[in-house]
Amino acid sequence: MSAIKTFSIGGIHPDKHKITTDSPIREAGLPEYVYIPVKQHIGAPAKILVQKGDKVKVGTLIADADGIVSADVHSSVSGEVTKVEDIEGEFGWLETMITVKVEGDEFEPSIDRSQDVSKDIPYTAGEIVQIIREAGIVGMGGAGYPTPIKETVPFEKKPDFLILNGIECEPFLTADDRLMVERAEQIIIGAKIINKVLGIQNAIIAIDENKPNAIETLTNISRRYVGVNVQVCATKYPQGGEKQLIQAITGREVPPGKLPLDVGCLVQNVGTVYAIYEAVMKHKPLFERVVTVSGDACAKPGNYLVRVGTPASFLIEQCGGITEDVDQVVFGGPMMGTSAVNINAPITKLTSGILLLSKELTRHPAETACIRCGKCVDVCPMGLRPFAIACSVRDGFYDELKPLHVADCIECGCCSYICPAKIPLLDYCKLGKYELKKSK
Amino acid sequence: MDNLILLNIIILGLIALIAAIVLYFVSKKFSVSEDPRIDQTEALLPGANCGACGKAGCHDFATSCVKADAKSFSNLYCPVGGAKVMEKVATFLGFTAAQREPTVAVLRCQGTCQNAPEKINYIGIKSCRLANKTFIGRSGCPTGCLRFGDCVSVCKFGALHIDEKLGIPVVDEDKCTSCGACVNMCPRQLFEIRPKGTNGNRVYVACRNTQKGAQARKNCTAACIGCMKCTKINPEIKVENNLSYIPTTVSADEFGAELVKNCPTGAIVCTKPSVKDK
Repeated sequence: MSAIKTFSIGGIHPDKHKITTDSPIREAGLPEYVYIPVKQHIGAPAKILVQKGDKVKVGTLIADADGIVSADVHSSVSGEVTKVEDIEGEFGWLETMITVKVEGDEFEPSIDRSQDVSKDIPYTAGEIVQIIREAGIVGMGGAGYPTPIKETVPFEKKPDFLILNGIECEPFLTADDRLMVERAEQIIIGAKIINKVLGIQNAIIAIDENKPNAIETLTNISRRYVGVNVQVCATKYPQGGEKQLIQAITGREVPPGKLPLDVGCLVQNVGTVYAIYEAVMKHKPLFERVVTVSGDACAKPGNYLVRVGTPASFLIEQCGGITEDVDQVVFGGPMMGTSAVNINAPITKLTSGILLLSKELTRHPAETACIRCGKCVDVCPMGLRPFAIACSVRDGFYDELKPLHVADCIECGCCSYICPAKIPLLDYCKLGKYELKKSK
Repeated sequence: MDNLILLNIIILGLIALIAAIVLYFVSKKFSVSEDPRIDQTEALLPGANCGACGKAGCHDFATSCVKADAKSFSNLYCPVGGAKVMEKVATFLGFTAAQREPTVAVLRCQGTCQNAPEKINYIGIKSCRLANKTFIGRSGCPTGCLRFGDCVSVCKFGALHIDEKLGIPVVDEDKCTSCGACVNMCPRQLFEIRPKGTNGNRVYVACRNTQKGAQARKNCTAACIGCMKCTKINPEIKVENNLSYIPTTVSADEFGAELVKNCPTGAIVCTKPSVKDK
């Protein structure tokens, strides 16, 4: 194992709150109804293939990708389609969802449900990309970029690094951590599958220093596979950001407006890699994922294997429900997630966690004047000047936003976290990005 | 001692003289001749530099006016100064001013605190644009006013203010110059520039909600439910996506009162509905 690496500029050390590190992944069970959104990725919503009254099984294709930047959607339960209409999502917006009434738990016959680990990859690179596309796999780190596009790289841009992102630097979340401990071998085989597609021989699994179990398990297993190495990274937020991770491991910097592929890197979340393994080896489309339910106001925190479309309230109920202490329910991590408006909204392919936070953690002190301490500049992992961005946004000098490179902001929230004057700098940066986009 | 003072005066005087001569020749050599009428025209304009005319500012507008011929001059119009200013500019430059109907910005939402009560708590900077990116809005209406007043901050003429009781912005008809700054600012495109109408009487649908009737009414009692009643009064009115739109050609004096009376939710607003009765 080589020395511990980390990215060179910025970063913060928030409290970890990883209270669910040792709780094994449990099946969440089946709710009465599931609501499956047809848009769980960036790009165009998928075309709906089913109608009211249709019978579906687990893994049945219910919506077909519309265009290249789009992804297939599969049924996560067996039962009857009762509604295809617009339903309120987590932020209140209406989204087209397919409602399925759960009847039994019958899988599509093609899905291999055995637990044994298959090691031989019987497909060619082209076939694998096709399988990944048909399985509706998207980047499960949160952005929802359809995975097949990442895999189909032009020949002249062949990457020399495949990085598996097992950092999970957001406080509270442990879904990837548990996945790495319990499904270590599958993840490594998944990496080998991607290797085959790309035509390269190495893979680096980047793991945060604060996950000793995952590091140990993966290091032991990776000894049996040529080219797969574990790289420990320092515990620092936002170590899991794609650009930060590439910089930490390879020392290369992704220029503004460019993709990791332009510097010869391909980053995949470990959750995505596991989904690729299941799709290729077990013929299982992406219809379930690991979700951490946690938070300081959560009575029974844990990691759950949840079917896509399960209402968040069903999951929260299993973990002790909404008590008086709960002030906000956050979808995603506490740093980058947004507090939800509607807790009946479904879990999607992108939901990595559901957090029940008490008033203690959600308090929002009043904004005071900037004291020019420069802490936001110190912690910004992209090397921006958040205080200057905030000034130009507040005073309406939108011309200054372009030279301040607000478009490079990764919205990690380090600046808001550190600000001693409690200025919501991230809000201003987001607003600046909006204004810059509008002026184009 | 006296000599020293004298010497100083002489030296500084010489420097000033040399600088003056240099400046004189430079200003002769590099002088840019500009039509003096441009400055005189600019003096007639309001000088708000708001860009509502479509030019970069008042100076740019004045330049265009001076360079224009009789035909292209009719396309130039300063909405801030209105007919009065354009009349002055036209007389000064020897053109005839084009007649245009005075316009005003209207808010196409009635999601007041009473009609659309707050259901969702919001913490964060008080900006409509950011709130619109984050969630659906405090009232739960996806197209309704977010009530943080980004439009108020952008209005250069003080024609907008957030009404304390209603919670939504109110347009001051006398101050509004229909420059369109609020139209561009509102993230939900709630403002529309409409003709003021005869005696300030105009009729419009004050709603942008395209949801189905029941869903729209759940969040706001004054939402347009797309019931089609208004289309029966005047066939020019069209309902698309459960939302009615009254074109500016529909006369407020003639149909205003009737439309308001027949609208079941009160989504249609007529500024002076009693005109016809008198």
